[in-house]
Amino acid sequence: MMAEKLTIGKALNAGLRRALESDPKVLIMGEDVGKLGGVFRITDGLQKDFGDDRVMDTPLAESGIIGTAIGLAIRGYRPVCEIQFDGFVYPAYDQIVSQVAKMYYRSQGKVKVPMVIRIPFGGGIGAVEHHSESPEAYFAHTAGLKVVACSSPQDAYTMIQQAITSDDPIVFFEPKRRYHEKGEVDPDLTYPLHASRRVRPGTDATVLAYGPMVRTALDAATAAAEDGRELEVFDLRTLSPLDLAPIYESVRRTGRCVMVHEAPSNVGLGAEIAARITEECFYSLEAPVLRVTGYDTPYPAARLEEEFLPDLDRVLDAVDRTFRW
Amino acid sequence: MAKQAAGEPAPDFVQLLTPDGERIERATGADGVEYSVDFTDEEYRGLYRDLVVIRKLDAEATALQRQGELGIWASLLGQEAAQVGSGRALRTQDMAFPTYREHGVLYCRGIDPILPLSLFRGVDQGAWDPNEVRVNMYTIVIGAQTLHATGYAMGITKDGKVGGDDGEAVLCYFGDGATSQGDVNEAFIWASVFHSPIVFFCQNNQYAISEPIEKQTRIPLYRRADGFGFPGLRVDGNDVLATYAVTRTALDNARHGQGPTLIEAYTYRMGAHTTTDDPTRYRIASEVEAWQAKDPIARVRAFVEKQQIADAAFFDEVDEQAKREALHLRERVLAMPDPQPLTLFDNVYPHGSPEIDAQRERFAEYLDSFEGSAH
Repeated sequence: MMAEKLTIGKALNAGLRRALESDPKVLIMGEDVGKLGGVFRITDGLQKDFGDDRVMDTPLAESGIIGTAIGLAIRGYRPVCEIQFDGFVYPAYDQIVSQVAKMYYRSQGKVKVPMVIRIPFGGGIGAVEHHSESPEAYFAHTAGLKVVACSSPQDAYTMIQQAITSDDPIVFFEPKRRYHEKGEVDPDLTYPLHASRRVRPGTDATVLAYGPMVRTALDAATAAAEDGRELEVFDLRTLSPLDLAPIYESVRRTGRCVMVHEAPSNVGLGAEIAARITEECFYSLEAPVLRVTGYDTPYPAARLEEEFLPDLDRVLDAVDRTFRW
Repeated sequence: MAKQAAGEPAPDFVQLLTPDGERIERATGADGVEYSVDFTDEEYRGLYRDLVVIRKLDAEATALQRQGELGIWASLLGQEAAQVGSGRALRTQDMAFPTYREHGVLYCRGIDPILPLSLFRGVDQGAWDPNEVRVNMYTIVIGAQTLHATGYAMGITKDGKVGGDDGEAVLCYFGDGATSQGDVNEAFIWASVFHSPIVFFCQNNQYAISEPIEKQTRIPLYRRADGFGFPGLRVDGNDVLATYAVTRTALDNARHGQGPTLIEAYTYRMGAHTTTDDPTRYRIASEVEAWQAKDPIARVRAFVEKQQIADAAFFDEVDEQAKREALHLRERVLAMPDPQPLTLFDNVYPHGSPEIDAQRERFAEYLDSFEGSAH
């Protein structure tokens, strides 16, 4: 396969297809993943080509999807579970945090559950409630799970395959409002799964984002450059474990850092990252690490979500504030 | 339908050995199947031996808890027949998914009894190797394991290991309280829809901690299976012969591709839920006395005595074996070392984590900072 331009959605589909081809133990399971191809069509055509024994439409119960996947994983399979929307993952929460996350630990390494839990997350699509949430901190807080978020077609293609081949159980967040954004995908590109990535170099301030907010952060950097301010933008990519060493290096150079995420700020990933940067880069900081996040409210009705979600202007405002310190 | 309450006579269950030790040759289950067993004298004696030994080991564990050697213990007292009958029905290739009370099932699988005790002592979290012993780890969250068992059974089908005598089956344990959990109901749905080789084995011991069965259900539990589309039946869970017969048949059906079965083993927890609760607060003495008259061990003893297939020397020898195993267990529990501090960080992730590594390193440095430290 040559490098080609794909949307994030198509890249995920291609990555899943390649995983199914590579290992007969890989299974896809979830609600509507078969004939319909998933509500976002991420699994489009896979059941047709791999059969309903490999791409399984399940009963409509999230705890059942995750719980039976655990049993399949114990049996030697590598299930990839689809949760239709972020706000629907909570019925499976116990199975994920109490069972998936802890099997390996409490068996002292004798039982692996090499499974992937795909969750389309975040807002900006004008949906009704429970369809636009950012639950990543719940999972990043749980030892035993690894949590990643893709933001580009290349990462979507590469990271989903890495997650499936990994023996670590992985919660895989997909930026649903970016599913249709296109980018170059090189199928032969290799790089580590758990590594943050500098997606734009800069000298004046460091901006951190993941998932759907990476595009927002890049747009803000483009706008800032027009005003003569060079922002260095990082895509965290891995939310647990965090890969902060390259970010410490950046903050020590720039002296300023703004963390952007859609999830509410209270006890969110931004709080953890700000604390760690403060511990590691205290003498280099010209201003406190600032957070640009969703507010500490339930996700609002669709006609208010543009007020709730961080946008280019709120990121630039935070950058301005770090310079006023 | 009249509601069923703890202490009421159990209706329409499969029974092959009465509380007085009378053998019933055949009994028909609610599933319409006729059940019987045909054991040799040696096998009858073996079942008696199992029952006595696991009761003694269980009593020893309770004593160890009372003496502060175990953090907590979930006694199986009263449920010996349900566990031995079902445990002995497993074939080597089958897989069992227990709760946290199936010490007797583990014993039947040949698993060292020290292994569950290390969990309750707090030395580890139940770290036997399920792939080796064919019993999954204990699960504390009520009903969660029923989904794991179902998924595992789905894997058996995918592997093509159903459809013959050499097929594999799953035996999934849970209690009456667990039937109220969503996971158990979801497991029933999955097992039914995917026609999985699984036997759901509900030990209805009448209480979920302090809550009697009428707080969980308005109908006999085995009848739940009807609504999910597979057979359900109730067995006298204090009758080791009947429990063996129905479980063996259900497992054989599963391995031959006939799908799931729900077995409700109608029994009684004679002790507390765990050593932390006080059953005198929530149940009356006369109820306990009524169940004492249905004791699972006394009836087997009465039977083998009547049949003259065991003599006094045999009973003495079994008691001696039980005492010996209990003493051995006690000695090993007392000798069990605490884990090393740094093992705290072991096995969090198959591929490791730099964050965990960093925390381990910092903790090691901290431990080293104490004079004379040799962790």
